[in-house]
Amino acid sequence: MQQRPAAATRQSTIERKDLHRLFEVLRARGYTVMGPVARDGAIVWDELSTPDELPAGWTDEQEAGRYRLVRSDGPALFDWTVGPASPKASLHPAAVTLLNARREGPALRLLECVPQPTRLAFFGLRACELAAIAVQDRVLLGGTPTDPVYRARREGALLIAVQCGRAGRTCFCASMGTGPEVRSGHDLVLTELLEDGRHLFVAEAASERGGEILAELPATDTTAAESGAVQAAVARATAGMGRTLETEGLPALLARNPEHPHWDVTAARCLACGNCTSVCPTCFCVTTEDFTDLAAGLSRRVRRWDSCFSVDFTYIHGGNVRSSSRSRYRQWLTHKLGSWHEQFGSSGCVGCGRCITWCPAGIDITEEARALRQDQRGKEGSRGNA
Amino acid sequence: MSERAAAAAPTPNVTRTDPMQPAPWRVVRTEPETHDAFKLTLAPVEAGPPFTFEAGQFNMLFAPGVGEAALSMSGCSGTVDRVVHTIRAAGRVTKTLRTLKRGDVLGLRGPFGKPWPVGLAEGRDVLLVAGGIGLAPLRPALCHMLEHRERFGRVNLLYGARSPQDILFAKEIETWRGRFDVSVEVTVDRAGADWHGRVGVVTTLVPRAQFDPANTVAFICGPEIMMHFTQRELERHGVPDESVWVSMERNMKCGVGFCGHCQFGPLFVCKDGPVFRYDRVAPLLGIREV
Amino acid sequence: METLEPIVSELPLFKGLKPEHIQIITGCAANARFEAGEFMGRVGGPADRFWIIRQGRVALEIHAPGRGQLTVQTIGENDAVGWSWLVPPYQLRFDIHAVTSTRVLMFDGKCLRGKFANDPELGYELMQRFSQLILRRLEAMSIQLLDLYGDHDGEHE
Repeated sequence: MQQRPAAATRQSTIERKDLHRLFEVLRARGYTVMGPVARDGAIVWDELSTPDELPAGWTDEQEAGRYRLVRSDGPALFDWTVGPASPKASLHPAAVTLLNARREGPALRLLECVPQPTRLAFFGLRACELAAIAVQDRVLLGGTPTDPVYRARREGALLIAVQCGRAGRTCFCASMGTGPEVRSGHDLVLTELLEDGRHLFVAEAASERGGEILAELPATDTTAAESGAVQAAVARATAGMGRTLETEGLPALLARNPEHPHWDVTAARCLACGNCTSVCPTCFCVTTEDFTDLAAGLSRRVRRWDSCFSVDFTYIHGGNVRSSSRSRYRQWLTHKLGSWHEQFGSSGCVGCGRCITWCPAGIDITEEARALRQDQRGKEGSRGNA
Repeated sequence: MSERAAAAAPTPNVTRTDPMQPAPWRVVRTEPETHDAFKLTLAPVEAGPPFTFEAGQFNMLFAPGVGEAALSMSGCSGTVDRVVHTIRAAGRVTKTLRTLKRGDVLGLRGPFGKPWPVGLAEGRDVLLVAGGIGLAPLRPALCHMLEHRERFGRVNLLYGARSPQDILFAKEIETWRGRFDVSVEVTVDRAGADWHGRVGVVTTLVPRAQFDPANTVAFICGPEIMMHFTQRELERHGVPDESVWVSMERNMKCGVGFCGHCQFGPLFVCKDGPVFRYDRVAPLLGIREV
Repeated sequence: METLEPIVSELPLFKGLKPEHIQIITGCAANARFEAGEFMGRVGGPADRFWIIRQGRVALEIHAPGRGQLTVQTIGENDAVGWSWLVPPYQLRFDIHAVTSTRVLMFDGKCLRGKFANDPELGYELMQRFSQLILRRLEAMSIQLLDLYGDHDGEHE
């Protein structure tokens, strides 16, 4: 969250074998370290105690509707692109108790669940994930009021990024201008290098906190060759993007095409399962649920993730505003790529490709946007009923 | 009525630091309004900053264990020590709220949303067009206008109800009718032989109202189709879209723009509305299932 | 007796018609008055006239066995009642019932129909104006049919 000082910061090089020092420094500063692990056939986020838990020797294969974690023989810890999970689950939890209520005779006690501040250090954030956190910051902290649950977790969070050295088949962060180079939002950025039998991390601080942490690590000055290798890694990832998305004029194009025939084509494929919204690192919609224990006179109010693909998401008694899956898919896509700009000043899409990989029908947001550019009927505006 | 504690013109506020945490409010009075609508009068249990709202704003009322509903306030606006809601028992939450008795405590968050722009109506003729329970959110606007009657031109209330049994604020409507400075027209969609009033949709009342279309402000509240047809009728009478305001209804879980449910194109009905200038929502109203 | 011509020419339904057409229409017009509760016409009866309400209120009704009298629509000042006189079989579709004491201008539709043969332009003009009236009534009734304020609506819940 802090700005990089104007003067260029220096890069330092850390040996793989010294990475555990970073974990120790983080813990000494009261952080719980969150990072990627290979589990149940996917890269997921979890609490880490040592760098040995990182997914060494794993890589992945991704395509529309397909994800495979596969062994690579190398020692690389970050030779994969993003999995289904994102730090969203830690900052904007899938379920959180908002309050407990207790009946005491005619009276009612409302017991607030005050969000506890947490100190989470996220280790291994990709550029797209940093961008997603920035998007959620704008949604949940950017206006008045702000979301206390997110704020309590976000304010204490330390963001350590690891730049991608390769891109996946469903990646398109380069199109969205969010990556693969890590540019903002982080405290510290690392790039993994495997050169001449050496296993190194080139580190650079982007905040005061990041600088202090880096100062405590055993490091050497980064050589010109190592710096060059960092640039080459980012260039390799940029060149390797599996997908592209043309963003020029997209919000206006989507706004004037609510009746584009392609919506029907997609609606016929979409299962309205909500996978895309649950893996999307920016989707923020929630609902509330109430539970009661009649005997004890207790009730609990829980906030949990919701999806605009749920049938009753738009329920107003008498019916659902968006009852067809066509309208629900249209809402999701036009919000993500279109109306998000008007609401929050940026796209809601960071180009991570999760919605493409994890869609059971293989619906590809980049292909959808392309198709909507073609054959634009209703180009002259959308006003008026048919 | 003791709704009003002091005359003031403050801005909307969210008094608690956490917008999702309801404050306990006690039912000080509950009365049936019609066969399915009722009036709840609430007072805060805890001492706190004064509660201030503007006409057209809403609260989230929380029935523990059941859920929350976004409900417009029907009492006169301002800084109040009592909050009044006129509610139609239609869903799980509102049906539960109807069973509450004097002394019962519920949760309340609010006020939320953009109000009717009553200031813009000053010096102009006013059309308040209500359909069904949509009269409840318009009542504070009328209340404000009657209280500051000299600031407004001709004030017309056009109200369409389902049947004579569904007419809200029936006694008050009679009082308003008795005043010379407000014109009240009521119509119902269906009636039997015992009804001597008007039968027909609320749009048929527009030609009955006295207003200068070029210098009129219209506030419409009711089901979306009713608002759409009313706007068309106003257009036919020369009232431009920029003078027409509507109050939209969408599913709301949070009231502050975090839950995403109430999105209407780029708009969050809860925080950008529920009151919108008609030309802002007109393009979206034409799209199905938006 | 004063002529009704200035009054007829100012009625919204006839505004803008040629003077000779106003003259013909006035020739078929007369003042009338109905007491509260009085029937101006009965469903199935001959549709030989129409009325424009000058003061009072008139209801279009249907009697449904078991449900009694149901009001379909009420009509007030300056509005026209009755369009069945324009089209065969010239039969009333509703009971027409004065809700309050009502003053009307009554028009002899049979007389006007007779004039159309020689003056198709007048026929066309009146057909145009009544069509608009019918269209608006039809629209209003279809909204009524939607039962907007029934179990389908609610405020922000």
